[in-house]
Amino acid sequence: MKAIVTVMLKPGVLDPQGRAIGHALEGLGFAGVGEVRAGKIIELDLAETDAVAAKTAAEDMARRLLANTVIESFKVEVV
Amino acid sequence: MRAGIVVFPGTNRERDMAIALSHATGGVAPVMIWHKDVSLPPLDLIVLPGGFSHGDYLRCGAMAAQSPVMRAVAEFAASGGFVLGVCNGFQVLTEAGLLPGALLRNAGLRFLAQDHHLTVERNDTAYTSDYEAGRILSATLAHGDGNYFADEETLDRLEGEGLVAFRYCGPDGEVCDAYNPNGSQRSIAGIYSENGRVLGLMPHLEDHVDPLMGDVDGRPMFDALVQRLSA
Repeated sequence: MKAIVTVMLKPGVLDPQGRAIGHALEGLGFAGVGEVRAGKIIELDLAETDAVAAKTAAEDMARRLLANTVIESFKVEVV
Repeated sequence: MRAGIVVFPGTNRERDMAIALSHATGGVAPVMIWHKDVSLPPLDLIVLPGGFSHGDYLRCGAMAAQSPVMRAVAEFAASGGFVLGVCNGFQVLTEAGLLPGALLRNAGLRFLAQDHHLTVERNDTAYTSDYEAGRILSATLAHGDGNYFADEETLDRLEGEGLVAFRYCGPDGEVCDAYNPNGSQRSIAGIYSENGRVLGLMPHLEDHVDPLMGDVDGRPMFDALVQRLSA
């Protein structure tokens, strides 16, 4: 199965990269763009065939390595 | 004092650190410890130096924090050992949970390679007992991710327990946004663990031990440590 882990900075944690992207979009003339947040997506190819077990495993990986929960939140989607 | 310096793939400041330690010990060179080592020789101090361990992949220090050697470093710290982490070493210590908080991308997004001033918050710790009260230090910054972050509760606890080691400041000790180079919460440049024996800081005081480098503001930190750990 494939697990897709999305890692984002938590609300309230300054995201200067997101802000820079927002400024650049504004410079390109895109109007109406509010706050921009940049994160990362990590795709995991898992041998596990049970979706629930795969999700639990990916969440464990996210907690232990993929995300730093002091500053980041994560979301796991199994496909 | 027996000091060991941990080297990860991508570490690049281990030799500067060795020079600073050798200065303080009068020529006793520290041992280099490879990140795959699972046991440590008898040591009084472990140093995690600067660099770009594992290419800063995922997050700075995230991979290094999972290295085999870090289990031994954590046990050493838990048993009351002294651990100093500078720059990438500070990032590794936070990622390994040996110090609270995290180091975010610099608020200005730029890699900073410059000198800056620091306040010594306390001069009664094992690291700072050779500095006079209110001392302003000159120190070198060389980092892209030095923006110290912790939640308000943690920051209040650090302040309340006197665990802030150094803050960024102006030439006259002004602690304010104008002299905060990377956006760190409360201008924090370095913090101690609860027992005061683990210190993480972003600036490179090991660059300031030889007059040829402009000043020797880093020497008292290494001298104080050696005195304490050689006793």
